[in-house]
Amino acid sequence: MSEPADLLVVGAGPAGMAAAATALAGGLRVVLVDSGAAVGGQYWRHPPAHARAAIPTDDLHHGLRGYRALCEALSAGRAAGRLELRLAHHVWSAVREDDGFAIHVVDRRRAPQETAGVLRAPKLLVATGAYDRQLPFPGWDLPGVLTVGGLQALLKGGGVAAGSRVALGGTGPFLLPVAAALASRGVEVVAVCEAAHPSAWLRHPGPLLRNPRTWAEGAGYATALARRRVRFRPRTAITGAEGGDRVTAVRIASLRPDGSPRPGTERHVEVDAVGVGWGFAPQLDLLVPLGCALTDSADGNAVVVVGGGQRTTVPGLYAAGETCGVGGAALAVGEGRLAAESVLADSGAAPAPGPKRLAGVRSAVARHRAFARALALAHPIPPAWSSWLTDETVVCRCEEVTAGAIRTARAEGGADDHRQVKQLTRAGMGWCQGRMCGPAVHCLTAGQRGYEPAERLVATPVTLGALADLDP
Amino acid sequence: MALKVVVVGAGVVGAACAFHTASAGMDVTVVDRGPVGAGTTSRGEGNVLLSDKEPGPELALARLSRRLWDEAGRELGPDTFELEHKGGLVVASTTEGLAALGEFAARQEAAGVRIEPVDRVQDLEPHLAPGIPGGVHYPQDAQVQPVLAAAALLRAALQRGARLHKGEVAGALTGRGGRISGVRTTTGDVLHADAVVNAAGTWGGEVGRRLGAPVEVLPRRGFVLVTEPLPPMVRHKVYSADYVAGVASSDAGLETSCVVEGTRGGTILIGASRERVGFDLTMNTAVVTRLAAQACGLFPFLRGVHLIRAYRGFRPYCPDHLPVVGPDPRVPGVVHACGHEGAGIGLAPATGALVTAHLLGRPWRGADPAVHTGLLPDRFLIPGGAPQ
Amino acid sequence: MSEIVVDGESLPFTEGQTVAAALVAAGRVAWRTTRVGRRPRGVFCGIGVCFDCLLTIDGAGGQRACLVPARPGMTVTTEEGDDE
Repeated sequence: MSEPADLLVVGAGPAGMAAAATALAGGLRVVLVDSGAAVGGQYWRHPPAHARAAIPTDDLHHGLRGYRALCEALSAGRAAGRLELRLAHHVWSAVREDDGFAIHVVDRRRAPQETAGVLRAPKLLVATGAYDRQLPFPGWDLPGVLTVGGLQALLKGGGVAAGSRVALGGTGPFLLPVAAALASRGVEVVAVCEAAHPSAWLRHPGPLLRNPRTWAEGAGYATALARRRVRFRPRTAITGAEGGDRVTAVRIASLRPDGSPRPGTERHVEVDAVGVGWGFAPQLDLLVPLGCALTDSADGNAVVVVGGGQRTTVPGLYAAGETCGVGGAALAVGEGRLAAESVLADSGAAPAPGPKRLAGVRSAVARHRAFARALALAHPIPPAWSSWLTDETVVCRCEEVTAGAIRTARAEGGADDHRQVKQLTRAGMGWCQGRMCGPAVHCLTAGQRGYEPAERLVATPVTLGALADLDP
Repeated sequence: MALKVVVVGAGVVGAACAFHTASAGMDVTVVDRGPVGAGTTSRGEGNVLLSDKEPGPELALARLSRRLWDEAGRELGPDTFELEHKGGLVVASTTEGLAALGEFAARQEAAGVRIEPVDRVQDLEPHLAPGIPGGVHYPQDAQVQPVLAAAALLRAALQRGARLHKGEVAGALTGRGGRISGVRTTTGDVLHADAVVNAAGTWGGEVGRRLGAPVEVLPRRGFVLVTEPLPPMVRHKVYSADYVAGVASSDAGLETSCVVEGTRGGTILIGASRERVGFDLTMNTAVVTRLAAQACGLFPFLRGVHLIRAYRGFRPYCPDHLPVVGPDPRVPGVVHACGHEGAGIGLAPATGALVTAHLLGRPWRGADPAVHTGLLPDRFLIPGGAPQ
Repeated sequence: MSEIVVDGESLPFTEGQTVAAALVAAGRVAWRTTRVGRRPRGVFCGIGVCFDCLLTIDGAGGQRACLVPARPGMTVTTEEGDDE
């Protein structure tokens, strides 16, 4: 693409793909950047294009028709010279410049080699998705304990199952597709421990009933899991993992309404791998330093404030997908389209021609948002989850800071948020910069206040040599 | 009856003021709107330096402070705030630079600083780039973990009877003869006091105004880069001789002069940039790439090391780049202890001791008000008094 | 099947897999020990966020095994703590 771009899109998951496709349809020049080896993000994660035959994953996916349509639109955009697709590019900073935005990228197509560069456009759309939200428990740092998203990524991206006897735990509807995917690859899924009670769904029946497709998808998993004799255990949790060099067993307990283990219900189950996840945490690292307003969402996350057109509070900056509130792929696609329509309108371009009218997209987005909110309320983090911890439980995996050290920082150091805990204990100061332990440390120190993620001026590690080469 | 003192600010300087005033038996209340060390204290590298200071009032305070950090280490336990006697190594990039550095160091030595000229800098820092003509080793330079240090000093103050009050100072209560008699907070709390210490760091200008005793304290933005954790590769605080010029400079634009050092946690910290942009929080990627280039120039192995984090803070500086420590002649009872620019961590204990000495009217822990007159606020109040 | 070399030993992989996928497919879930507690670690998040799966690839340290695609002949050194 020789002419300057009109729009930068960061993240080529469902939201970013839909946004890029819509902007292309409206005649814009687009640069689409993603750290992965293929478009699709986490939801539509695929092996790189050349490896699709060797690693078949189609049966693990949902909504592939939509994915393929978006892929075709992107291919057409590339053929027309209006889409520059930058895969294996990691964005470490996004900043405002006089006439728009600059994103600072590291090209890792020939990893581990790195080349730093800068991409610019008048408008920026951030669709960086989310990652699994974690709560620590004794033994969660044993090898073989993964996030549920990690199990799924290995399956969808590499065709690999991380174990042969797997227990899943946490909360949220994502546990089901991962269980079904593992089972379909011959893995024995010994338990799916869902902390919430199904009756919680009945408290918000409206939004749930208005999303029949999601019901159908859920029913599909239930059938698949029943057929493979996977035990779904509501109101239980994995409260501990045991093993030496690798996890060999989990402790599973029934939960009381507050989430504390019901005495006498604990049982050992032998496993060789575990998947845990407590919903998702939006990936806001590029948005926070840009000064976007944030708000609390129903699932306890901070999310970016956007208006109906997915405009953030920063002019020229748009967000779509999980950064605006975790809600799944269908919502993300709708938001991506709406965001791109706003970019078109704000750039003085005509709306994108398409089969679906904008009003229809808007009402679908509203419906999916209501559904996501209901889901979040039905799958809360159990208030008493910290009763699973011992003082020796590692909370910050990187710096190996224990629950006891964090409790001491709170009691004796007066630390009342994760920033202060970080300064006093190093929790959150390591490689992952608190992405794994941040929500947990927040719960342990700040109680009921909303979680405000740490500001990370460097969104992903980058070698000093690559940066030095950029210096004039 | 014990003198009632309100210390405004729970950064490292406020904590040190609280520690020393409480140790002297005063009745102390520390007021801050946030937790301990959450402002500029948490944004520095934890420098306790003599090497970057010219002979003069700041160096005199720094020498005292260096000793008081050791005393604090003995009293509070050196591990409670990671006190490390690592030493500084200043390197010159050219032979002319080395000659200038040598002259500077000779003047420091005359003022009581221990210096050791180094011909082969690789003997001290094996991973330094080849071709560096030489440098000066400053064995007295040290480092602390600043938030832990502030927390330890504050905790010790509380053990000596001090109190912590969460709140933001809104204004002063005035008694007979215009003397301050306490402060009001924005939520309406009233704290009575015989003396109020302005240890509000970068916000010291604003707090001074609210107390009716304005001093000119301005923010000077700085970024610090943090690498992935590594085994020990850099032993000293290593910086280029340009750093001293940067500290003393009054240039409004961006200045960077590379400072590289390791930490207990294994990360390497890379500073230091200086920009006068007010309290602007925006990321400046040009600063990051410049510091990266300078650091890789000093230590080529850093090229393959990952930057994992960057943070920025606002150094509190006075127009003449000296801190303002001492009683305000306009409002009896107000004592300033702010404007330390990038040296607040290092200068904190001596500042606390000097404030205590001013309040007692006699020397305290080696701090003699009659000696440190160059830091008094009076210099700003006499026309033409503040050297620019 | 292609191969990478892990700590001097050949490890087969399927083109398109990441280094982490290749290791997990071979039954390895841990390849690093932590700095402080010397605990074994391997893949956790699988998507580049947690940094548990770090190793050295072709001499470059601090590489996330879950992100880097395996390439024939690639040399992988697992990190014994962070202090090599």
